[in-house]
Amino acid sequence: MNTAEISREIRQRLVRMHQTGSHFGSAMSIVDILTVLYFRVMNIASPDDPGRDRFILSKGHATSAWYTTLARKGFVDEKVLDTYLKDGGQLYGHPVRGGVPGVEASTGSLGHGINIASGIALAGKNDGRDYRVYVLMGDGEIQEGSVWEGAILAARLKLDNLVAIVDANNLQGFDRVEKIQPIRTFRKKWEAFEWGAREVDGHDHDQLERALREAPFVPGAPSVVIARTTKCKGVKEMEDCFESHYLSVPKDKVECYCRELEEEQ
Amino acid sequence: MRQAFINTLMELAEEDDSIYLLTGDAGFTILERFRDRFPGRYYNVGIAEAAMIGLAAGLAMSGKTVFVYSIVPFVTMRCFEQVRVDLCYQKLPVKLVGVGQGVTYGTAGATHHAIEDIAVMRALPNMTVICPGGPIETKKAVAASLDLTGPCYIRLGKSGEPTVHKSEDISFAIGRGIRVREGVGVALVATSNMVPTAVAAADLLEKEGWKPEVISMHTVKPIDRELLAATAGRCPLIATLEEHNLIGGLGSAVAEVILADDLHARLITFGIPDQYAPVAGSQEYLRDLFGLLPEQVAEVIRDKLKEKIVSGKP
Ligand SMILES: [Mg+2]
Repeated sequence: MNTAEISREIRQRLVRMHQTGSHFGSAMSIVDILTVLYFRVMNIASPDDPGRDRFILSKGHATSAWYTTLARKGFVDEKVLDTYLKDGGQLYGHPVRGGVPGVEASTGSLGHGINIASGIALAGKNDGRDYRVYVLMGDGEIQEGSVWEGAILAARLKLDNLVAIVDANNLQGFDRVEKIQPIRTFRKKWEAFEWGAREVDGHDHDQLERALREAPFVPGAPSVVIARTTKCKGVKEMEDCFESHYLSVPKDKVECYCRELEEEQ
Repeated sequence: MRQAFINTLMELAEEDDSIYLLTGDAGFTILERFRDRFPGRYYNVGIAEAAMIGLAAGLAMSGKTVFVYSIVPFVTMRCFEQVRVDLCYQKLPVKLVGVGQGVTYGTAGATHHAIEDIAVMRALPNMTVICPGGPIETKKAVAASLDLTGPCYIRLGKSGEPTVHKSEDISFAIGRGIRVREGVGVALVATSNMVPTAVAAADLLEKEGWKPEVISMHTVKPIDRELLAATAGRCPLIATLEEHNLIGGLGSAVAEVILADDLHARLITFGIPDQYAPVAGSQEYLRDLFGLLPEQVAEVIRDKLKEKIVSGKP
């Protein structure tokens, strides 16, 4: 499937959605990861099929990308996207379980997703189901201690049906990630916690697909894909700028950004 | 109470294979039988409470009925934010079971005391707070918790707690206090293992001719407003008893009802006066220090009853 086309559509939608609110850059960063998961890798015919693969967005602040992917997948009415951050609606700035079909867990506070994912993965194994659980974390997020409690736990439970993805864009709320916990140390850390680890270009769909399909990388162990990404990917003047974590898209830039995305092909 | 908990859980788990038990590395001499009987449904998650609550949430989202066991501070406050987001916000029916209510682990010091737990758990939307007043109520509470659709916190003591009920044949429902003794003039409303203290204090007052009512308010949230209204009708003096900070626990919950429902009752609250135990001490020693022994409670109530505003003599 031509997933490049899908990613482009999703990014253009995000440009329009993000005329209010923050986290535009965070959302743009993960579009390729979500596209590859939902359109190439995950086995998910409907959002409530008990056998479906699960996805949890642990970096909940990037949820606009998730909503948009779920809409592109057909699980959510496109029109619902217009209610993003609107009073009285269900499209909160962080995802809420039950609010939108396909949103598996309420997140937004960082460091929670990995352990929820482990619980779902453990239940799947104990019940003899063959679904997989994917959890996407930010590179700043993995400074949370609960992530490393979870890393110990998932390895010890031998959750080879669990795949964590780290959106490694080297930016977090108020700094470069490398000043706090450098990305170059990630792989060794996860491997030291007895996870199988791979590093890929997080915007290269083929690389992402290959890694996600080849997991588990170590038999009987959980897997982590460290996806090297660029914050706000696709909009050159905001790429790799931490301000894109906070700023909305100016009204007069919308068409210009959408055109830029069109031409990138 | 720990034994009553595990015995009940063992019985329930025989019938219901969705029941899981997670522990944060606590439970020596208590959980071994469950571990050995149901090895695929028991996990010592380790000393990692944040991960334990998240794991419980994921299991509950997959249809499991999860009990999470540890010492009170570690299963409520250490992982407070995981409880808030993963369990309360998502409204998942996970049961937190805390042992060592109040100053049960007296000499261990305040790291192991539980004097803020009711307050913080009570403040969480969707959370039910159950503080059984002895082994029989523990048994009933654990069984009744299976019907809850949201999370609950079950606050237990340790072992050897007396029961105030003559038989197991009590009517127990979450959210409904139990009138242990009918009376008039004054009501002692107690929770957790202060219920036996309330009964003992009531015995002392009875010897002097008063006729105190005693209530086990095992569910602190949602609190039984109807029972409090009925009680206030007969008892213009209400005394609350808890091994918990005077801020935010049972006393506060009862005060809220008295004010909101315009009940005509005066309130005295017995509890721990907003401080950590200033010295090492056994549970008994610390209760004495905080004025929570039956004689101390009875004395304060007696003085109030003798004040002319409240005439409690039958
Ligand atoms: Mg980042």
